[in-house]
Amino acid sequence: MNVLDFVHAFFSDSAHWQGYDGIPQRFWEHVQYSLLALAVAAAIGLPVGLLTGHTGRGGNALALIANAARALPSFGLLVLAVLLIGFGLLPVMIPLVVLAVPPILVTTYEAVRSVDPSPVDAARGMGMRESRILFQVELPVALPLVLSGLRSAAIQIVSTATIAAYVSLGGLGRYIVDGLYQRDYEKVVGGATLVAVLALLTLAAFWAAGRLAVSPGVRRR
Amino acid sequence: MNGFFDIPSDLQHSWAGLIGLHLRESLLPVAAGLLLALPLAQLCVRFRWLYPPVLGLTTVLYAIPSLAFFVVLIDYTGQTELTVMIPLAVYSLVVLVPAIVDGVRSVPEETLAAATAMGFGPVRRYLQVQLPIAAPAIMAGLRVATVSSISLVSVGALIGNQGALGNLLAAAQKYDRPELAVNAVLTMAVLAIVCDALLVGLRMLLTPWMPRGARPKAAARPEPLTAEGAAR
Repeated sequence: MNVLDFVHAFFSDSAHWQGYDGIPQRFWEHVQYSLLALAVAAAIGLPVGLLTGHTGRGGNALALIANAARALPSFGLLVLAVLLIGFGLLPVMIPLVVLAVPPILVTTYEAVRSVDPSPVDAARGMGMRESRILFQVELPVALPLVLSGLRSAAIQIVSTATIAAYVSLGGLGRYIVDGLYQRDYEKVVGGATLVAVLALLTLAAFWAAGRLAVSPGVRRR
Repeated sequence: MNGFFDIPSDLQHSWAGLIGLHLRESLLPVAAGLLLALPLAQLCVRFRWLYPPVLGLTTVLYAIPSLAFFVVLIDYTGQTELTVMIPLAVYSLVVLVPAIVDGVRSVPEETLAAATAMGFGPVRRYLQVQLPIAAPAIMAGLRVATVSSISLVSVGALIGNQGALGNLLAAAQKYDRPELAVNAVLTMAVLAIVCDALLVGLRMLLTPWMPRGARPKAAARPEPLTAEGAAR
């Protein structure tokens, strides 16, 4: 049996498609965890990144914090959070958010920093307020890069949210963790495939968002 | 923190032993990834059409969660260190290829022309002109790959005690000793920061012409992993 046989066996077994351990249910749980973590991380990373990028201050401090956060192992944080606060959604969100904030923060900062200064000066010369300069001049130009930061954060969240299963929550990691303990490789491979599919869907969603939101004038190609 | 360094004996390693194991399991894959990435990136620079499909493929590989990657490999390589190291090498490759390609491509045409005019052959030009100029970008990629590799090794604890310091996390749960988890997280974070600092030092040694303190342009690209290619 090779991997493809496992994939086929997993997806053609109708038992995997229904009930509380069915694929639709697990898939939806995984999407929920991922969206929640991404929303929290974006709520932290975007405003700070936009503000520091606009003012140009604190870039070195940001890089330092981001590097330090990246040095923290997600799985270790998860186990630690569970030991300290018990089981639940919160201990799963902590490592996912810690994982996702640095790429969002640093990319947003760099994106706003790298906006061509001449239109910004022109806007300022026309008497635009700083907040309008940020949202109507800098943000539209920086948007492709900002989205790419969000995208790499989202992909990492999707693939790391599998660890939620290790602390008794659901999501697609359930198949991987259960399959491991039951020596049921069909399940493991099926779960891994589903996560990869979700990651690809995430890429597609960001591609579509970029198409819709990025002004045609700033599109690079 | 009582018993911070009292490692349960079933891990069969001392604290220092676990650190050594952890470094081996995390750094060897990065080295392997670099060895694979250099020729692969060179091919991508040489044949431009090759780059988008390579980026797409590596992005898909990167999306596979490490745990699933480990478990699937068990069928082929058993519950060994190799099972942990193969996926980490793949992840490093994914980070390093775009970093090297971008770095090598950023070398100005004039510089290359000047080197050619001075009689440099393609090999010498690559080794003595392109690689040194690309060094900051490559080192930025290496830093990301190294730090994430160090943190990912710990997941190996889930496939039967192959996670080095991560095994402390499993032990912390098994024996209900949170201090072991604190020890594991802190030690891994410190290892990552130390390795990162060593790479920064190495970059300074390799690029003596760059101003000290100034951040290299390449480091400005935060996540060289950029799934960008796939969306392009």
